[in-house]
Amino acid sequence: MKVAVLQRTKYITLVYTAWWMAWAVPQAYAIYKSGYTWADALTDAAITQGTLATFAYILNRSWQYYRPSPANSAYIVIGSFMVAAVSVVVQKELLAVFIHTAGYLEFIDRTLIFRTLFSGLVMALVVMAGALWMYWRDQQQNVQQKLEAEQLFKQAELSTLRLQLQPHFLFNSLNSISALVGSQPDKARQMIEQLSDFLRGSLRGEGQSLNTFRDELQHLQLYLDIEKVRFGHRLQVTINCPPDCEGLLIPSLLLQPIMENAIKHGLYNTTGAVELTVNAQKVAHELKVSVQNPFDPSAPLRSGTGFGLSSIQRRLYLLYSRNDLLLTQQAENTFITTVKIPQA
Amino acid sequence: MIRVVLIDDEPLARQLVREYLSAVAEVQVVAECNDGYEGLKAIAAHSPDLVFLDVQMPKISGFEMLELLDTPPPVIFTTAFDEYALKAFEASAVDYLLKPFSKDRFMKAFDKWRQQGSTLRGAAAPQLSPPEEAQRIVVKKGQNIVIVPVAEVHYLEAYDDYVKIHTHEGFFLKKKTMGHYERVLPAQQFVRVHRSYLLNISQLTRIEPAAKDNHLALLKSGVRLPLSESGFARLRAALGM
Repeated sequence: MKVAVLQRTKYITLVYTAWWMAWAVPQAYAIYKSGYTWADALTDAAITQGTLATFAYILNRSWQYYRPSPANSAYIVIGSFMVAAVSVVVQKELLAVFIHTAGYLEFIDRTLIFRTLFSGLVMALVVMAGALWMYWRDQQQNVQQKLEAEQLFKQAELSTLRLQLQPHFLFNSLNSISALVGSQPDKARQMIEQLSDFLRGSLRGEGQSLNTFRDELQHLQLYLDIEKVRFGHRLQVTINCPPDCEGLLIPSLLLQPIMENAIKHGLYNTTGAVELTVNAQKVAHELKVSVQNPFDPSAPLRSGTGFGLSSIQRRLYLLYSRNDLLLTQQAENTFITTVKIPQA
Repeated sequence: MIRVVLIDDEPLARQLVREYLSAVAEVQVVAECNDGYEGLKAIAAHSPDLVFLDVQMPKISGFEMLELLDTPPPVIFTTAFDEYALKAFEASAVDYLLKPFSKDRFMKAFDKWRQQGSTLRGAAAPQLSPPEEAQRIVVKKGQNIVIVPVAEVHYLEAYDDYVKIHTHEGFFLKKKTMGHYERVLPAQQFVRVHRSYLLNISQLTRIEPAAKDNHLALLKSGVRLPLSESGFARLRAALGM
């Protein structure tokens, strides 16, 4: 960081020097052509441009404390001319000290208006450039900050959304294991493994945002296996995935809350056996996945049931900036949730 | 003999409670139920001494099931994650067990019931207030259980010790107070327009003047409700008039 600042300071110094040299050389030449010695001409040019450079430098530094908006750039011009006028007075005093050629003071007086205008113009240009540069740097910083903030927000939001989905499932599963330990220790051990694999999968999801559909289905299977242990024969799941869908990409852990939602309506809200169907399809440049579950239209929705789906909608929006990727259909006794995942 | 009913939608969860209970010789599990409906039947049939009750179950929650009983039996809740609800119910339940729970913790709850269970019988009902109640009200009509979404309620009417819940299908009786519903139902939707009436303002079509400074509210169903002076003021405030 420090090195970068140092290099930038060096760079700025170089630009400054080059800029003032570019003005000093023609000025010296003009004075020489007016009939003065090279020594006088160079001294004059050095003093003039040196004074201007010093004043400009001070003015530019002051932008750190006061930043005019681009709208009142007129102030910059007026301010520059005022500073230039002051600098011309200083120039004259300095020239009187360093150049003793007869008639040179009169020459200065004759060219005073020209010198003032010239100084003002150059000063305005430099100060404008400085202000613009500062403005541009600010913009750049703003953009950078906004990007970072957005990224952080996304990460935080996604992990909270995921966390919110877990506890109920987790504690009930642990309770099932506790029950199995007494009666069927082997099955208990198997469920511990499944639960571990499932949790590992959920944690891995924190790191990467996209996963292949194949891997997501595997993760989903673990979740379903655990739910099957909890609810026994009541839960039946059919997954239809054509081979050309397996390699397609999908946001990690997106399907699980959809499944959770289907189970919540299908399994938690009815009392008989429940069959869930997952259908995958490649349509143009999109992966289309629909989850179908039975539901009881006479049972009013319980509070909070909308959470699963609204979080998916939010996630899809954050990732793809589109609001039309989640679709729900309701026909008599079935509820279908469809997500479309654009493939890059 | 201690007669126990287990109500939980997960077979393994019931199995665990059964296993823990097997250590107590005088306990007899008289029924295992998958949901609140079965639970209601079992409680009516066996009038158990103690019920182990899950909260999140299909159709109606454990809280809603309890509310439908005139004299609820002593209850120990077994639930995975329901902190808010548990806080609200702490006072009225014998105890609550957070899944997964140890045998020691389980026996503690059981002993607590042994010490004070008999005095708790029947005491549970009045304080209960299911967290779902802001969205729906569960009522009993004859043998049927009806779940009424709050949005479908036209108005509530005080009726002795009961509240009449008026809907397009007629009214249901519920042994509650008007004050209770005024507190529980969403305040921006339900306005106490009269000592005896709590009105769902989405049902209102017109306010009519009646004799000397009095007003009547005309509902979509054609019913007219009297507005008290303070009730009229509250209604005006709720409508932003």
